[in-house]
Parts: sequence; structure tokens; C-alpha cells
Amino acid sequence: MIPEIGHFALILALSLALCQGVLPLVGAQRNDTAMMSVARTAAYGQFLFVAISFGCLIWAFVHDDFSVLYVANHSQLSLPIGYKVSAVWSAHEGSLLMWILILSGWTVAVARFSSGVPKVLLARVLGVLGLLSVGFLLFELLTSNAFERLIPAAIDGGDLNPLLQDPGLAIHPPILYIGYVGFSVAFAYAVAAMIGGDLDQNWARWMRPWTIVAWMFLTVGIALGSWWAYYELGWGGWWFWDAVENASFMPWLVGTALIHSLAVTERRGLFKSWTLLLSISAFSLSLLGTFLVRSGIIVSVHAFATDPTRGYFILGFLGIVVIGALALYAWRAPSLDSEVGFSPLSRETFLLLNNVLLVVAATLVLMGTLAPLVVEMINGGKISIGPPWFEVAFLVPTIPLVFLLGLGMHTAWRQQSTGPWIRLLRLPVIAAVVLGIVLPLMFYGRVGLLLGVGCTAAAWIVISSLIQPVRSWRRRKGSAAITRSALGMSIAHLGMGFFIIGVTIVSAFGIESDRAMRPGETLEVAGFDFELREIRQVQGPNYTAIEGVVEVRRDGDFVTTMRPQKRQYLVQRNWMTEAGIYPSWNKDLFVALGDELGDGAWSVRIQYKPMIRFIWIGALVMALGGLVSVTDRRYQEPAK
Amino acid sequence: MTRRLAIMLAAMLVTVSAFAIDTGKAFDDPVLQARYEHLIAEVRCVTCQNQNIRDSNAFIAADLRREIRRLMSEGKSDAEIKEFLVSRYGDFVLYRPRMSGKTLFLWIAPFAFLLFAAFAFVRVLRHRMMLPIDAETTKEGEAQ
Amino acid sequence: MNKYLLPLIVIVILIPVLILGLQKDPRELPSQYIGKPAPEFDLPTVQDPEQRMGSADFRGKISLVNFWGTWCVGCRAEHNFLLQLSREQDIPIYSVNYRDQRSKAISWLAQLGNPYVATGNDEDGRVGLDWGVYGAPETFLVNADGHVMLRYAGPMNPAVWEDQFLPRIAELKQ
Repeated sequence: MIPEIGHFALILALSLALCQGVLPLVGAQRNDTAMMSVARTAAYGQFLFVAISFGCLIWAFVHDDFSVLYVANHSQLSLPIGYKVSAVWSAHEGSLLMWILILSGWTVAVARFSSGVPKVLLARVLGVLGLLSVGFLLFELLTSNAFERLIPAAIDGGDLNPLLQDPGLAIHPPILYIGYVGFSVAFAYAVAAMIGGDLDQNWARWMRPWTIVAWMFLTVGIALGSWWAYYELGWGGWWFWDAVENASFMPWLVGTALIHSLAVTERRGLFKSWTLLLSISAFSLSLLGTFLVRSGIIVSVHAFATDPTRGYFILGFLGIVVIGALALYAWRAPSLDSEVGFSPLSRETFLLLNNVLLVVAATLVLMGTLAPLVVEMINGGKISIGPPWFEVAFLVPTIPLVFLLGLGMHTAWRQQSTGPWIRLLRLPVIAAVVLGIVLPLMFYGRVGLLLGVGCTAAAWIVISSLIQPVRSWRRRKGSAAITRSALGMSIAHLGMGFFIIGVTIVSAFGIESDRAMRPGETLEVAGFDFELREIRQVQGPNYTAIEGVVEVRRDGDFVTTMRPQKRQYLVQRNWMTEAGIYPSWNKDLFVALGDELGDGAWSVRIQYKPMIRFIWIGALVMALGGLVSVTDRRYQEPAK
Repeated sequence: MTRRLAIMLAAMLVTVSAFAIDTGKAFDDPVLQARYEHLIAEVRCVTCQNQNIRDSNAFIAADLRREIRRLMSEGKSDAEIKEFLVSRYGDFVLYRPRMSGKTLFLWIAPFAFLLFAAFAFVRVLRHRMMLPIDAETTKEGEAQ
Repeated sequence: MNKYLLPLIVIVILIPVLILGLQKDPRELPSQYIGKPAPEFDLPTVQDPEQRMGSADFRGKISLVNFWGTWCVGCRAEHNFLLQLSREQDIPIYSVNYRDQRSKAISWLAQLGNPYVATGNDEDGRVGLDWGVYGAPETFLVNADGHVMLRYAGPMNPAVWEDQFLPRIAELKQ
């Protein structure tokens, strides 16, 4: 019964989405207030019914309703309750429903928090969001119905993939999707502005906070995914340039460019058509990502097991949405050029560089992800593009970018006089270069070219980001208070600096050791002694495991005991590695158990990962910077 | 459909996440060992979903590692080993595509894009430099 | 031309590429030996280690070479069809027992029937690796000159036989 309610609620949501999509757009053309005001009500209604539907699906999982096919495929009686809930979004149909719920949620937020926005523009924005919802609801109802029945019902389910039985799964997809889907707001604003034909600095000001919030969630979502892969997959890696990872990274790169481009449009009315194009691209890349992951077109550990029929649907939807938007763009963009300028040394120049380099980076990632497909199309041979290519290619635009980052923050709009600029920055530049060489030498004993560049870049960004906050703090009294916007910028860039520290140090100084060990033997890695004390059996709620007990010492002093496991889950019966991790702010010790080699010996992988936490700390700080800048006064609701 | 099923079945015989350690001995010579470890990180496990043979537990990965060890102990160079692999499995087996007609564009692309972007940047800048710098709108600004 | 049309043009080109991509199996690997001589090998047979079989056997006639193992579910699925093929048509089916145990292979063939003219024992998988085998079962079509004409990765079935193998065989017989 409940699944039927869930299904029916979705159909109701679809009809509301249709109203929300069509009527306000027509109303906006005719300036018909009644029709335009349908948008808000329809949005609230749609959200209500999608939420009911999602709730019904959760209910089905929690109550072990194996007469629902999706539940039977992805749940199990012995699954802990928390994972029964997160199993809802563990596969295609349910995660798509979550996507729809989140899209609807964003729509409600836009409907609720846009009191300063002109009625006509808002009606169009909500209308476009409604049409997007229609597309996704149709996709779910026609090809991916989560409520499809299984008759006769299964006695027990096929179990949630053990890799996903983890707290990381509970939060990574929802957060990631909030970001991913959030770019639909920027997209809707772009389309709405193009339909209406006028686009000004106010438009940029209304749109920017939504974009920043979406970007924030995407940043955290990607970081969570990386952290999850690190501790769950057992190899110690934190980014694999896997097609699905790239699918989330490309919108992030373009989204970052968009935020910066919006700054220029908001401030000076420049780069309007470029901002439009970025808004369209960010969401298009989100859609492309959805397509890549759910259509079966690429090979990836992350890809949902799904079939080409769904692929055709998404591709069709993607085609309509993107071609429609770009057609509007080709029509409207020529008339948007403004006739103001800026001097070569100006913030506009640096933001332009920022955009250019980020777009090059995004294009390279896109190319690397799609090239195997294209090459296969042309001559049938398969080429492979993996981390070795991506790592090199990605550094080409990003190394210049990180150095320019530190400069752009302190450059005035329109025209910056060279003298004061050099005087402000020369000491920090010198300090950064010195620190970049000295610090790795001090702490890790050596320095090389790439390492030196990375550390200098990190030091430069950190120092440069701190200049404004520190100055404003020292001049507390008086008018030199730093705005939230500027503070947010500094914090976000600081986060980037932390991120680079993490990446550079762990790449240069990380140590990996694969060895055969017997109980009683000790291995030394990076000054730590790892003693494999014993191997024993343990029992979990729905798995049995072989556990290694590893004692870690340094210079004879006890540090910690680590317990890497190999788990065999009762239903799916494949073996999963649970790594033992000893985290601290400046390093991780990482131990994973491999194969039994016979004769009492086991293969053990021990890793030393200096500064790896900074990678994710950096991302969190970046997101924090976004949060701070969104609370700036100029984005607040006007007093009522 | 059946083809896909078969390949899925074959791939299911692979354990998903346990990484691989060789049952054979590592090289005694640290230089050789380092070269070996570097090489196996760049070879794709052809039955897996996007893993290299260093991390994969599939039997084909173990076979490939064994062959590479054998070739290395016979004194073959990295290039010869890569050629051995590619002649059997195609370019796809290497994570780092080799320089060839097909893959040349891959390695040139980053620099080509950067160059193109530089031209675009210069063009926009020169256009904007010429225009009047209006003191039009006064938005809330950053403290400077 | 309106330069703002550029993004649209890019997308219009990209979409067909993606459509074509959907029609391919991303995990399928094309064989490197199509049109080239089959890799040379010489193995003891599974039944009798004193006897050998190998690439020399392929000269002078069209042959099929099947890589299989008792551990492989798809091989079990295709076995009956291979038996049928061995009875109903005249192309000999050679096989390589890939990464398996000799005793298991012998009982498998004894219990289920033996469609193969000869079966080589490739216990360590080295011959499979030389042939670019990446899973089982795989079936190769070899012409009278010993060149590989076709590789099918997956269990053989009537549809594949008719759609892919028969046309090539017809070409070769002309």
C-alpha cells in the first residue's frame, strides 16, 4: 500500500511540476500576475509530494518490504537500520528520487528567499526549475520507477553492496547532490534572463549567493567522496581520476569560474555573456555527469549498474536542455556586450585569467574522460587515459593559477597603481619562496623542483590570504573593517592553500610498503615500527572478519594499536578490506591486510601519509569561506 | 546482452577491493624493485573496472605482474615491456598512453589549450584596455 | 558567423558521439591479433601430457580455438552449444584449458562431453596472456594460414554464431 502511495505521490508531483513549469513562463510573457504566482504554490506542492514519495521509499526499506523490487535488490533483513535508510540512495532509482527531492528543495528555497527579485524574473526562474523537474520526474516514472513491485515478494533481499555499508555513504551522496543539483538555480537564472532579454548587475547579485551555496555543498561533497574512498577502498589513494569522480569535478571547476565571473558582472557589469555561458555549462556538466554515471557508457567502480535505455533518455533530456539553452545564448549574447574597460593591472584582469585557466582545466578533464570514447568511435582502437595523464595535464593550467591567485586578491578594480601593489606584495612573495624551500627541508629533509614549486605556491597562498584579514584586524578601530565578502574570499583561498600543502607533501613524502609478514614480525616504515601481533577471527552484525592486530611504536614508545580487517559479508560473500587508520593532524598511518600467503604469512600494506588530512581540511575551509561570503550584508533580504 | 552478462560473470570472479600482493619475491635490487612498482602502477587490469595491476586481485593482474617480473629479470627495458603488453592487449592496457599518432594529441592538448587560452586572454584584455574606464556603479567594496 | 553559436555547434557534434558510445560495451576489448598470425604456442594436452597440441595444428584448415576453465560459469553455459557445433559442422574446435587444474578439466570433459579435437593445458595462463585473453570463455576463429579472423569474448550461443561467425566462415571458404 505504502509503495503505491509513494508512486502516486510522484505522479501528483509531476502534474504540479508541469503547472510550475508552464504557467509561470506563459504568465511572464503576458505579464499575468495570477499565472506567475502559480509558481510558488506549485513549487511548495511539488516538494510536499516528492517528500511523501521519498518517505514512502524509506518506509519500505525500514519495514523490509521485499515486495518492492528496488528494496529486494539493495537491502537485507540483517542490515543495520542506519544502512537500510542510506540504502535508499545507494543505487540508481532511489538516488534519482533523491535528486528530484533536492531539486524540488532548491526550488522551494528560491521561491521562499527571493523577495527582492522582480516578479517576472522570479516567475521565469521557477518556471525553468519546474521544467527541469518535469524532465527528471518523467525519467523516474518512465524508466526507473523505484516503486516497481516484485511479485512474488522475496524472502530476503540481495543486500546492500558491502562497500556502501559505511557512514560515508549516508552523507556523501546527499551532500554531493545538493551541490550538483544546486547549479540548476544558476542555470534557471541564466535561462530566465535570456528569455527576458535583460541582464544586469542586479541579476548577478541575486544569483551569486545561490551559486556560492551550491558550490559549497559540491566542495564538501567531493571532499567527502575522496575521504571515503581513502579509508574504505583500502589502497590509500584519495583521488583516482575515475570518470565518475571527474563527473563531479568538472562542474566544480566551472562553478568556481562562475563565482569569480559573477563577481565581475556584479561589480562592473562586465563579462555578462561569459557568465551566462558558465551558468549554462556548470549545470550542463552536472547533467553530463548524471549521464555518464547512469547510462553504462563508461567503466568505473562507481558507476551504477544500469542499461542503455536509461542512457538514451538522459541523453535526450540533456540534449534538449543544453541545446535549448545554448540556442537562447546564441540569440541573446551578442546584445549583451558592455562598453566599459579596465587596465591591464586590475582585478578584472586577474579574474579573467582565473576563468581562462579554470576553463582550460575543466576542458582537459572533460577531454580525458571522453577521449577514449571518441577515439574508439574514430578507429575502433581503445586507448586508456588514467592518472598518469591527468596528473600532468591538470597541473599545466593550475600551477599558473595558484600563483596568480595570491596576486589577484590584492589588486584593485579598474586600475591598480603599480607602486603600492609591489610594495604590498614583495615581502610576502619573498617570504613565500623562502618558506617554500626551507620548510620541507626542515621537516622532511629534502626539497626538489616540483616539491619546491608546490610548497612555495602553498606558502604564497596562505600568506597572501592572510594579508587582508590581519590588516583589518590590526586596524579594528575605524572604518577599515573587512566585509564578510572579503573575509570569505580570504578564508576560501586559505583553504586552497591548505589543500595544496596536503597534496604536495603527501605526494612527495608519502611512503608505501608492501611486504609479507608473519605474526611476531616487525616492519619499519618512516621511523615507526609496525609489529604484527596476531591474526584472529572476529564477528560483526552481518559479517565475519579476519583481523590483524598491529602494534605501532616509535623509538620504543607505544603509539597505537591498529586493527585492519578483511571482512566477508554474509550475503554477498565477497571479501572487503577495512583499513586500519591512525589519523592525526599532520600525518596518517595506514595499514591494510591483503592475501594470506600460506605458511602463516600475510601480505600487509603499510603506508605513511604526511599531511594528508590537510587535503580535506583545505576543502572544508574553502567551503567555510563560501559560507562566510554568502552572509555578506548585500545578499541579505531587505528589511521588511 | 549475453556478452555483457558473460563479461560481468567473468569479472565477478574478481574480488572487488582487496588489493594485491605478489606471492613471489620482490626484487632484491632496490632500483629494479622501484622500477617494477612504478611500472605496475601504470598497467591497467584488463578485467577490472578501472584499476591498475598493482591494486587488483584479479588473476589476470597477477599473471601480468608475473610476466613483467620475468621480463624485467631478463633485462628488458620499460619500452620493451610496454610493447609486449600492448601487442597483446592494445594501448588500453597502459594508463599512461604512449606517444603515437593516435595519442599525440593527448599529450599536446594541455599546452595547446593553454596557448589558445592565452591568445583569447590577450585579445580580451587588449579590447578592454582601449575602452573608457567608467566610474559607473559604486558597489560596496572590499577594504583596500 | 555569430561566434556565440560555437558552444551550440560543439554540443551538436558531441551528442551523436555519446549516442554512438551508448551502443558499445565499454568493457569489451578488441583483439590485437585480428588479421595477424595467431600467437605461436605448444602445450601438453590435458588428457595425456605426453601428447602436444599447438598453433602448428591450425595450418591448412579453418579452426576454432576456445579458451575455457571449469571455474567459469559462462563456459558451462556455452558447453552444450559447443557440443552441438562439434557434431553438426566440420570446423574443428581446439581448446585451451586456461588457468585450471588438469584433474578437474578431465572430469568435466568426461561428464559433460568433449567437443574439442584437442585441449591444451595452460595451467599458468601464459598462453592465454599471449593471446590477449582477458576473461573466459573466449573463442577465436583462425583461418587456414593460421591468422586470427575473429574473437568473441563471452559464452558462445546460436545468435553470435550466426551473426558473427558464419558470415566470416563463408568468406573464408570462398
